[in-house]
Amino acid sequence: MRIVKTDVVVIGAGGAGLRAAIAVAEKDPSLTIALVSKVVPMRSHTVAAEGGAAGVIRPDDSLESHFEDTVHGGDWLCEQNVVEYFVAHCAEEMVQLERWGCPWSRNDDGSIAVRFFGGMKVQRTWFAADRSGFHLLHTLFQTSHKFPSIHRYDEYFCVDLIVVNGHIQGVLTIEIATGEFVLFRCQSAVLATGGAGRVYRQNTNAGIVTGDGMGLAYRNGAALRDMEFIQWHPTCLPGSGILMTEACRGEGGILSNKNDYRYLQDYGLGPLDPWPRAKAMELGPRDRLSQAFWQEDRKGNTFQGPHGSYVHLDLRHLGSAKILARLPMIAEAARTFAGVDPNIAAIPVRPAVHYTMGGVAASITCATSISGLFAAGECSSVGIHGANRLGSNSLSETVVFGKVAGTQAALYARQADAYLGPLVQELAEAAQAGALSILGSGKGKSYSRSTGKSIGKSTGKFIGPGDRVATLRNAMNDAMEAGVGLYRSAEGLALACNELSDLRERYRHGVALDDHSRAFNTEWLSALELGPMIDVAQDIACSASWRMESRGAHQRLDAPQREDSNFLQHSLAHFRPDAPPVIKGAPVTITRSQPASREYGGAGKRAELT
Amino acid sequence: MTQPRMIQIECLRYHPETDSEPHWQTFDVPFTDDMSVLQGLQHIKDTLDGSITFRWSCRMAICGSCGMMINGVPHLSCETFLRDFYPGPVRVEALENMPIQRDLAVDQSRFLKALQSITPYIVATQESTSPTPAVPAAPALATNQSPARMAAYYQYSQCINCLLCYAACPQVGLNENFAGPAALTLMHRYNNDPRDAGWAVRSELANSNDGVWGCTLVGYCSEVCPKGIDPAHAVNQNKIHSAFDYTGLKTLLEKK
Repeated sequence: MRIVKTDVVVIGAGGAGLRAAIAVAEKDPSLTIALVSKVVPMRSHTVAAEGGAAGVIRPDDSLESHFEDTVHGGDWLCEQNVVEYFVAHCAEEMVQLERWGCPWSRNDDGSIAVRFFGGMKVQRTWFAADRSGFHLLHTLFQTSHKFPSIHRYDEYFCVDLIVVNGHIQGVLTIEIATGEFVLFRCQSAVLATGGAGRVYRQNTNAGIVTGDGMGLAYRNGAALRDMEFIQWHPTCLPGSGILMTEACRGEGGILSNKNDYRYLQDYGLGPLDPWPRAKAMELGPRDRLSQAFWQEDRKGNTFQGPHGSYVHLDLRHLGSAKILARLPMIAEAARTFAGVDPNIAAIPVRPAVHYTMGGVAASITCATSISGLFAAGECSSVGIHGANRLGSNSLSETVVFGKVAGTQAALYARQADAYLGPLVQELAEAAQAGALSILGSGKGKSYSRSTGKSIGKSTGKFIGPGDRVATLRNAMNDAMEAGVGLYRSAEGLALACNELSDLRERYRHGVALDDHSRAFNTEWLSALELGPMIDVAQDIACSASWRMESRGAHQRLDAPQREDSNFLQHSLAHFRPDAPPVIKGAPVTITRSQPASREYGGAGKRAELT
Repeated sequence: MTQPRMIQIECLRYHPETDSEPHWQTFDVPFTDDMSVLQGLQHIKDTLDGSITFRWSCRMAICGSCGMMINGVPHLSCETFLRDFYPGPVRVEALENMPIQRDLAVDQSRFLKALQSITPYIVATQESTSPTPAVPAAPALATNQSPARMAAYYQYSQCINCLLCYAACPQVGLNENFAGPAALTLMHRYNNDPRDAGWAVRSELANSNDGVWGCTLVGYCSEVCPKGIDPAHAVNQNKIHSAFDYTGLKTLLEKK
């Protein structure tokens, strides 16, 4: 085992991880930073964010308004003190990105352009065409080259956190290219590992969005908060789940069913006119739009295709000049992946899993319950999204709280005691032994050196007990899609919880690998990812069972109302190795917005789309 | 949906622990018309041979992970479809000009080193000579930048670092120190950004044989670029900057 001593480890190098690393370097250039990621930073899933990042800059906008939209959008399950901090720091982070080179789209006079987004009453979404996440990520990645104290460890896979007496002391990784174990010993760490969308089958997420970072923190004693709140994005390509950004609707795109009827007007988002207007019809929030699709589907009003039902997202009336300027990637993706040119036909879309509102419970300073471990971005729950995230709040979150986490990790590292002796190494060796037992090394070489043709047959031998990675993963995906979907019930959730308990057992029994070698063994890494991933899936199902009400993205057919008397509280899940998690309620911080009825649509002024 | 058809995928395999050289292996893969080459490889990994190794992530041509040679041409495998190769076979192998780590995964460190060498960030005037610039407080206002000024660099900021251009470029294969099309495109992106004053720190590399003059204008990089960025144009624009530098014309023009 190779050992690298560093002051701060940042796990994950997407928007939040890169921003955190830069914040550490800015706070104290004398601290050494190990930036560890299972992919080269620019492959991180931030790259696929399309629509933009929220930040108040218009004269007709206010921080108060951004706060209200966010809390209202989150169905009052937000930590309001954290939302206050968040909205006050978005614009400065957007400006910072601009100064670092991010090519935000501009108005003709050279000022920053902002667009409408769902659930936001004023234009406040900064965007770089429809490649906002791509530009944010590459700007941060390229800017990180400025700081000599940031040492990158690209393609190092995180196996476990090393926690001694409740303090983070190290991070055990595998260097993917060689299969060598590398232990980073640290004073503090930032967890920035992204969401868990891949526990579902139909999702917009990259293959790396496996929730294993959340799962590792959870296994090591950190609580997961509000995991039942999973966001379905309403406009995704059927089958692949490839995202058609909300900016399509922010720019004026419309949704209609098979009868060419704009069905959103029937689901509390109308009336149709005057159109467009903020927070109404297609500019409603994601939970309501996805739920409206589900209802339309049950009524038989959707189109039927080879990958399930769908509705139409129509951009044709925007004109090809606007589509090219504002939505070029969408046009390209629709052509390539759906065979549809949005200039001449409507795009088939349906909801798909997009975002994990919950995550590792963290305070306003990104502190988790593990001392020295700070969490930021999608893997964390600092509490700004509540029961439903508004589009364009998450890209802003990555940089606002990435900076907080990095700054706090730097302060902590400066004050922390010296490395805690031999126990760290012992724990790391135990974690290494666990990972090696999954690899099943020593059971013989299974890699085929056959130079002849092997047609349609496995070259590997199925050594050891257990299921293939894909078998377990598919079973997990099926359980989640069937029982923990857009609308849930006690019965369906119970089935899912049982199935996921069984899967944990099957996983523990062993995973059958074809490949028992060390160098670049991605089958082994997938098997390692799958363990914490199943734990996270189980927690999502159990938290959804616990919450006997409907709020935001969590809808129960058997409890269709919001129940503030019992459930105006977070869910907090604690890991148990041999049983489902213990779920408890935890108070919500309310500062100035008392829970009220969550309304969209209604009367309003016609909005000028800019 | 149409019934699945069968196609053969021939994959170049190489394992550093056991193989002295790469070898071909063939798999029979059922596919539907909407299946990409990447999905074909995923089918192999999930059901036929878990040891097959390739990178992938976003599935939508933006993360830049899944580049490979497909029937001899560099492509992103997520946006290249099996139907277009029917009846096959379709041959996949690691991107050219970079060492194979395993199977279809190549060593990307050459590009990452080149990226560091081009100073890939905004260099403000006062910072241009300092290797570790002092950190300014977050500025209150965004720079004003007209669409025309943005257009000068915007296209070159679209590079997804997929390295297809490195596989396409004969000079990358011939000169191991050549910075390569993507890195030089990003250099141009910063040089042309009105907010940047970093030419002074970038010119030594740009002017060298490993910089823009390493390019012999074959232009295949631009042909294979999945984002239509035209790296060849970017590199050759910088030959103009570089020539100005050499002749002193740049200094003369700036004095006006």
